[in-house]
Amino acid sequence: MSGRPRIVLAKPGLDGHDRGLKVVAMALRDAGAEVIYLGLRVPVADIVAAAVAEDAALIGISVLSGAHLPLAGQLLTAMRAAGLEVPVAVGGTIPPRDADALRQLGVAGVFAVGTPLPGVVEGVLKLAGAEAAAR
Amino acid sequence: MIARHDAGAQRAGRPPVTTDSGIPVAPLYTAQDVAGGPDALAGRLGRPGEPPFTRGPYESMYRGQLWTMRQFAGYGSPEETNARFHFLLGRGQTALSVAFDLPTQLGYDSDHEMARAEVGRVGVAIDTADDMADLFAGLPLDQVSVNFTINATAPIILATYLAAAERQGVPPDKLTGTLQNDILKEFLARKAYVFPPGPSMRLAADVVEFATGALPRFNPISITGYHAREAGCDAVTELGLTMASAVAYCEELTGRGLAFDSFAPRLSFHFATTLDLFEEVAKLRAARRLWHRIATERFGAANPAAARLRFFSGNSGTTLTAQQPLNNVIRSTVQCLGAVLGGAQSIHVMGYDEAFQIPSEEAVTLSLRTQQIIALETGVTRTADPLAGSFFVEHLTDEMEARAADVLARITGSGGAVRAIEQGLPQRWITEAAYRTELEVATGQRPKVGVNTYTDGGDDPQVEAFELDPGIAERQITRTRQRMAARDGAACARTLSGLRQDANEGHNVMPALVEAARAGATVGEMAGVFRQAFGEFREPSPW
Repeated sequence: MSGRPRIVLAKPGLDGHDRGLKVVAMALRDAGAEVIYLGLRVPVADIVAAAVAEDAALIGISVLSGAHLPLAGQLLTAMRAAGLEVPVAVGGTIPPRDADALRQLGVAGVFAVGTPLPGVVEGVLKLAGAEAAAR
Repeated sequence: MIARHDAGAQRAGRPPVTTDSGIPVAPLYTAQDVAGGPDALAGRLGRPGEPPFTRGPYESMYRGQLWTMRQFAGYGSPEETNARFHFLLGRGQTALSVAFDLPTQLGYDSDHEMARAEVGRVGVAIDTADDMADLFAGLPLDQVSVNFTINATAPIILATYLAAAERQGVPPDKLTGTLQNDILKEFLARKAYVFPPGPSMRLAADVVEFATGALPRFNPISITGYHAREAGCDAVTELGLTMASAVAYCEELTGRGLAFDSFAPRLSFHFATTLDLFEEVAKLRAARRLWHRIATERFGAANPAAARLRFFSGNSGTTLTAQQPLNNVIRSTVQCLGAVLGGAQSIHVMGYDEAFQIPSEEAVTLSLRTQQIIALETGVTRTADPLAGSFFVEHLTDEMEARAADVLARITGSGGAVRAIEQGLPQRWITEAAYRTELEVATGQRPKVGVNTYTDGGDDPQVEAFELDPGIAERQITRTRQRMAARDGAACARTLSGLRQDANEGHNVMPALVEAARAGATVGEMAGVFRQAFGEFREPSPW
């Protein structure tokens, strides 16, 4: 596989706040990743299908409506059903108390609002790189 | 790591000093910087309440009437939001502003599979006119002005509101308030669109046309640049895009044969007010002057009220930080002051905790107190347009008007707002600007206290937790199903088929929507008719 990690990014649920995820997508692209951005209101089944088809090393979702726990849960359930094991990163308006809950669900990286952009890029690439190296 | 702007470094050829929008700023302004001298300036300003309205839409401004203090609120069920409305009015808020949850904004009932995770989260869940009646229980709608942040489903929500008002015995001509109903900015930035741009424009225009006859005291649209700004663009682009949208709506309406002077007096506008204080004041003054020019030159406005821009200012959420959240109180105070100095008719101040959650009661009270302190203790309301004649502010106002007119010309040159949006052109401007801004914060070029300077070692943010009741979705679904079971199903179905016919045949959909809302049709059912008739929009790739 090439040295460029492939990363699938999407917004599940109904939230339209896409400024953050688009900025992260551009920063990851400029940092050398291959970014597949699926857009808004993407059903979790479509996210999983895209990650399988693209052989993604990581799935990143962003939720700013407060629905991060149920949506991350739905995504992880759909991944298990499909036998897909790649790290999931979640960004958005995530209160500190929910970050632990997301990790307990099986989310590998939590990037709440306020995380500096270089920190998001470094964290996501580290998770994706570890995944690519393990293959 | 960064921090101090070194005047010496700037003289030595470091980055030029500019406003946030990139307008160069000199160390000093004098009378020479005001184009054309005092007489020409007097012509560009006029008097408050007189064309070109640069100094304000009304003669007495805040001496005659303070701005409306209108905190955006809504979460959970209609009862919970009703309780917060009573709470806010009890603390001196002077009007209401409803936040709807995403299923309501996108035309899904609470039991739809796409809705379940989002019910009641970012606003109140409304499925039926019964819900709307519950939302305003104990709030006489002939006395309280209500703003609705609703767009793709604006005609539907207006219909449920009219049905709820009818039950209170309040006729439509007594209703005051504003329906956001600006679908173009949903495609541009806010992203709660449903139908493609063409049918969406038709629905927005149906509302304005209907209201022009039936709702003489109500603003049927609020044309906004706020969301484009929040999504990343600068103040110049914000103003230019707002005017491009306004032109598109007015062309749609005059294209139906409506006289500009008949509907334009009820158009309202919505701008952000962020932290670059003088640039923001200049933008708001320039907005009034530019709209007067467009209304008179492009649309031949003869009625002065048709060229008079009135606006609501929402303070900026994206200027606020998760780090050191109490700093946001200070940022919001400056932004509220900017809106007042710019002559706003209505203001919302952000809660300091909004980086994390729906504002707590403490945070929303503080936002309201911010407005009250500026209104009652600072004296800034004593005279109209107090910054007029400042060499710097007048120079910036001229620059802002000229540069925003250039943005409008670029949109016009690409075929107008609808065509430009279909091509994704302004969306790309916004996304690229957002990325540039974030890089400037990351490198420290753009100082952000608590984020890239004066970080105090990066304390964990602490805010009071707002907990949403986890049982809300189930209760809302149960109630809606009970109401659907109790209605006259055949009568309701007849109203929906009437709506389908009007949608397909190009009639104004408002009368049929009001019939359907009265008969107990749900928001999801009414939006479902439009989904079938118009299809749904998918955004073009952002790059």
